[in-house]
Amino acid sequence: MTIDLTSTTTGAIRDALTRERNRLGGQTTGMVLNLIIVTDEAGQYDAVRAASEAGREHPCRILGIITRRPDADSRLDAEIHTGEAGPSQTVLLRMYGPLGQHADSVIRPLLAADTPVVTWWPGGGPARPSRDPLGVLAQRRVTDAAEATSPREALAARSRGYQQGDTDLSWTRATSWRSLLAATMDQPHAAISGGRVTAEKDNPTADLIAAWLANRLGVPFARDNSGGPGITEVRFTTADGDIVLARPDGRTATLTKPGQPDRRVALHRRETAELLTEELRRLNPDEVYGETLAGLAASSGGDQAGGDHAGGGQPDGDQAGGSQSDGDQADGQHQDRP
Amino acid sequence: MTSNPLRDSRDRRIPQVAGPCVLVMFGVTGDLASKKLLPAVYDLANRGLLPPGFSLVGFARRDWVDEDFAQVAYEAVKLHSRTPFRETVWQQVCEGVRFVSGEFADDDAFDELAKTVADLDAQRGTGGNCAFYLSVPPKAFPLVIQQLKRSGLSEPGGTSAGPRPWRRIVIEKPFGHDLKSARELNAMVDAVFPAQSVFRIDHYLGKETVQNILALRFANTLYEPIWNRGYVDHVQITMAEDIGIGGRAGYYDGIGAARDVIQNHLLQLLALTAMEEPVSFAADSLRAEKEKVLSAVTLPPDLAAGTGRGQYSAGWQGGVQVPGYLEEEGIPADSHTDTYAAIELAVDTRRWAGVPFFLRTGKRLPSRMSEIALMFQRAPHLPFTATDTEELGQNALVIRVQPDEGVTIRFGSKVPGSAMEVRDVNMDFAYGGAFTESSPEAYERLLLDVLIGDPPLFPRQEEVELSWTILDPIEEFWASAGKPEQYPAGSDGPASADALVARTGRAWRRL
Repeated sequence: MTIDLTSTTTGAIRDALTRERNRLGGQTTGMVLNLIIVTDEAGQYDAVRAASEAGREHPCRILGIITRRPDADSRLDAEIHTGEAGPSQTVLLRMYGPLGQHADSVIRPLLAADTPVVTWWPGGGPARPSRDPLGVLAQRRVTDAAEATSPREALAARSRGYQQGDTDLSWTRATSWRSLLAATMDQPHAAISGGRVTAEKDNPTADLIAAWLANRLGVPFARDNSGGPGITEVRFTTADGDIVLARPDGRTATLTKPGQPDRRVALHRRETAELLTEELRRLNPDEVYGETLAGLAASSGGDQAGGDHAGGGQPDGDQAGGSQSDGDQADGQHQDRP
Repeated sequence: MTSNPLRDSRDRRIPQVAGPCVLVMFGVTGDLASKKLLPAVYDLANRGLLPPGFSLVGFARRDWVDEDFAQVAYEAVKLHSRTPFRETVWQQVCEGVRFVSGEFADDDAFDELAKTVADLDAQRGTGGNCAFYLSVPPKAFPLVIQQLKRSGLSEPGGTSAGPRPWRRIVIEKPFGHDLKSARELNAMVDAVFPAQSVFRIDHYLGKETVQNILALRFANTLYEPIWNRGYVDHVQITMAEDIGIGGRAGYYDGIGAARDVIQNHLLQLLALTAMEEPVSFAADSLRAEKEKVLSAVTLPPDLAAGTGRGQYSAGWQGGVQVPGYLEEEGIPADSHTDTYAAIELAVDTRRWAGVPFFLRTGKRLPSRMSEIALMFQRAPHLPFTATDTEELGQNALVIRVQPDEGVTIRFGSKVPGSAMEVRDVNMDFAYGGAFTESSPEAYERLLLDVLIGDPPLFPRQEEVELSWTILDPIEEFWASAGKPEQYPAGSDGPASADALVARTGRAWRRL
């Protein structure tokens, strides 16, 4: 059912939500979280759809925020959807005029009590999510560097502003690769001396995977460009020959190991709803993401073109890199370990 | 295994993925294979939990080639998989699908199977690791196991370099039909496979809610203080089915409800409910606690009063007229098999002394449901007038295993109005209607655990034997007690079961 409230107040929206809940027969499905989506008219449909789908695994109150016409008079319009796609409740909030600058004042009264808050910026996100008024409310802040005009810069900014609870869908996209790579390293293999991640040029996920591998294995990983789609290859160099996980078509990967038959495995690219579902599964800080971001920032001070190296070992703010990002990096690390 | 630098306990996104391996399935033409096992294999592949090169070999008495089996599997997956169907994932699974046709007595067929597995190792790099899933009637076990030994399939054969490959065997209930046969079965399996390579599947233990019992009890502070005889009045563990025996006459007759359900599912649920806190969730600690509590279970002194059994007769179930058990196809007219069984058990520990555990299961009951209900004692004193609390029952904590997985807490609450009137209300946690579709099927979880080699969710032989020790005297008593009582299909079960609870001043929860 859809309820439209124009020129409304948060009190009226709350009443409508309570009425809806009672109308549905005291629906007792536990809401497990509040999901704030910061979006615009163009992006709201896909974002809310993905969130509703994720809501099947994580029943939640979805609060979509759309700011419109900043020069108009302040006004709040709400569109409430319940009982349609899955167990979630969705409230789309359109904020006109100066109200758009104070979205948090609208959101606060609408948060379901006793449940965690996640903020998601499907269109990219602020440089410092934890300082954003809508990020402050949340213990988990989900951005998407792949949507930024320059994904690399976006990741660098995220690294400078990193706070526990930050996470990025370009990191989520890495999970299926990382899981396969980890499984590959579970099997016996010769010592790894380095490697390379090959992907489309602007692919923050590939950058993160290279930084993660460099961080964890303590050897340099290069980043090469290809025509895609997405990530096409991860290569480990060993004394016995290369271990290669190649996925030229975006669907099926082939694992090649020296002296062994090739093995194929499905490795498809995932939809936003799947990524979001994974993201909402755990709301504790993703420390590995934090370390990977720091490692990436530490290594990418120099040339950004293909072939730059993600430095080995634990991230160390004093090493490579431009001075400006260095300072910010140290700042970020400092906050990382209070 | 040496530590893998890419794994980090803080990195919760990366799941444990099975190592390279082959899964050999016997009985691929059966119901279980098409409804659960094959879809579970696909779902695991779709979730990225199967290794590159994973291969599946079917063995059955059909004149099929690989493609025929792949087609059967394809249809099963299309119909029953939990996760969305993706052509690319299926293609991947398909590349590793093989079929070997033959009888269990046919040496050549098993030699062919051994060759197929060896070829897969060479072509697809499955590393010599192989799991055998015996989805076949128990009477075929000895033959299959002997064949595995004869053909050398049970022996991993080690290469000098690298870790020794593994061989594992998965068997389904029933694990025998009494203590003696369970021991015989075990001796036979044990002679070929070492104990840690034997995985006994009790699919109940793969269910989310059942695993949630551990979380509920041991991750919270709220329940532990009242989880004992000081507060709990009695415990009811139920598995009710609305269906009859369907096409399982051959298996079911002579086995009956108690052996089919109580011996494994219900006693496992009892063990998880009543056991002490394990020192860790490692397989050995968990099994040790389950074994301790099962060994403390005692039977009622008077088996005639403390147990009940029945056989459904013709009647109306859920608006449909259905035949009685004795009229079902393939059932002898003088069968004494129980289709309903209820027993009262005691757990002789400090925690549970004096708290009866009532277990019941049956077919053709009004509804399908499984639950564990802890019924709490009434308040020792009620500062209300008797009429105020007329509608107040016992507080209860109910773990719903299926359907509608979740937890309910039942307690008294004031009815709005000027009078003080207290009535029972429910507080509900549901894994949710739409939301259960995302939680993995029990078989998915269990298959993955087999391939990874993670045993906590699989009962050990000791547990199986302890369960039979509990059930055997009851079955012996029943065997000497003549025909089971008839109960109409669609009713709550036989009168003797009601009497068994009523004699203690209690009543069954409604089905």
